[in-house]
Parts: sequence; C-alpha cells; structure tokens
Amino acid sequence: MDNLDRRIINALQGGFPICDAPYRQVALTLNITEAELLIRLKNLRANGILTRFGPLYNAEQMGGALTLAAVKAPEERFDEIADIINAFPEVAHNYARRHTLNMWFVIATETPEQVSQTIDAIEEKTGLTVYNMPKIKEYFVNLKLEA
Amino acid sequence: MLDAIDRKIIEATQAGLPLTPQPYQTIAEQLNLTADEVMARLAAMQASGVIRRIGAVPNHYKLGYHYNGMTVWDIPDDKIDDLGRQVGQLAFVSHCYHRPRHLPDWPYNLFAMVHGKTQADVDRQIRQISDLLGDCNRGSDVLYSTKILKKTGFRSRSKSTPSDSVNS
Repeated sequence: MDNLDRRIINALQGGFPICDAPYRQVALTLNITEAELLIRLKNLRANGILTRFGPLYNAEQMGGALTLAAVKAPEERFDEIADIINAFPEVAHNYARRHTLNMWFVIATETPEQVSQTIDAIEEKTGLTVYNMPKIKEYFVNLKLEA
Repeated sequence: MLDAIDRKIIEATQAGLPLTPQPYQTIAEQLNLTADEVMARLAAMQASGVIRRIGAVPNHYKLGYHYNGMTVWDIPDDKIDDLGRQVGQLAFVSHCYHRPRHLPDWPYNLFAMVHGKTQADVDRQIRQISDLLGDCNRGSDVLYSTKILKKTGFRSRSKSTPSDSVNS
C-alpha cells in the first residue's frame, strides 16, 4: 500500500458521488486518471484492504431486524461453537473477544421474529446461553479510519 | 416505502458497486432500467437513510489498526442519552449504542467502539471517554477483538451463503 492508495481510501470513506461518471469525478480531485483509480480500487478489493466498496445499507431502515449477541464459549469447544454459529446465514459478523463472553456476533434478519428464532436455534445447537443485546438507542455510527 | 425496483437495486449492489467507468449504467443494464432511474433511486434511498453512505470500508487490521476495543460502561439510565450522544461525538468513536444489561454477569449499558494502531492510542481514547463520563461511570470494561470469525455484508436471505465471507 503506497501513499496514493492511502489517499484513495481516505477520500472514499467519506462518500461517493451519484453521477454518470463518478470515478472520473473522484479521480479529478485526487489528480489521477479514472483508469488508474479503477485499477487501484480493483487491487484494494482483491487484496482485502477494502472489505467493501459501494452503498452501505441500514438493515433496519429496510424493514429488517438486527441484534448483537454473545456467548461464553468454553475454550476447548471454541472452534466448534464458531463453526455452528457461522453456519447460520443470519449471522453477519462474528468476532472473538477477550472476555468470559468471548464470542460476539451480529444477527441480521428480515423480521424481529426471525431474530428470536435464530437465537433459540443457536442455543439449541450449542447448548449455550445467548446473551441478546439489541440496541435500545443508536447515538453514532460512522466507521472512518485514516489510512 | 421500498418497492420491488428498489429491492432489485439493493440486491444488485449489496456486494458492491461495479468497478466500471459508468457503474450506475452497468447496474441499469443488468436490471433493464435506465441509469437515471438507478441514480434517482439510490439518491432517494440515501436521503431517507436506507443507505447510510456510499463508500469504502477498509479492513481495520490491514490499515494497521490492531487494537479494536469494544468499550462498555455502566451508566445510570437517566443519564445515558445525554452521555451517549457526547461519547458518540468523540472523533475516534466509530459506533456508540445503548444496549440492555444482563445482571448480574453483564452490568454495562453503554457501548462505544474505539480503534487504534497501538495500545497507547487506545488507552488514551479510553481515558478520554472515562473523563467525559466522570462520576456517572459506575464500572467499565474493554473487550478487544482477537479474531474476525465471520464478516459479510447484510444480504437478503435468499442470497446469503457462508461463502459470501469476504475476509477472515
């Protein structure tokens, strides 16, 4: 990753224009060509430095339901529990964290009922208690990290 | 409020925008729409909040942010909205939420995600949150992520498969 990659990542975390030739418009502000920007973006996507590039949808605004949940996975069953939980298509993210509650995952479904059904199914398949922590209020969301 | 055409556009763009000189035209061709219609609908969804923003999401770890902490705090219920908003305004906080406690194991109701390249960076950020909360902080913890076990976009169920995972 060089300085131009960093400038591209920083510029594109702030937003992206909706117009006929948006990459050309962004390239102009970065003083590079549209072709160079497209090649750089393809590489940044391919090597995983960018996990996504495009519209970021708000699941709840789309009528869906979302929750954060956690389990206390016993160390000797950690990988098995991760496999069980990750196999649910409703589980969008899953992170290992250092704590007795050591596995934290986001469940995203089309309806609130499906969230509780998924939690019940995870409890049944893992034999663990799922700590459900749906948001009561959102104060801020904007992940922007300087490259 | 979202109609069938909006849903088709959402499905076509959930994995990302095409890397073609005219990406909205590319989407329009896939869906038998005009580029103007695709752009108008994306703009309307952005205005209504269905789209938070259009842009790039970097992998924290690959940018050198190895210290990603979920800071959690026990705040009196009558103070949490005011303090939650203030913590959310701190530049280094990426997500800030009020969530339920699970007593007795889990007394924390305010969640704020922080990201740093060094432990010292994150320690400084946590101190700043702690200073802001003052006496209203009745207890806290920081849970560092040690591994991404799964990470996908939020996909419609018909399309979701574990192989959508984009990094590990």
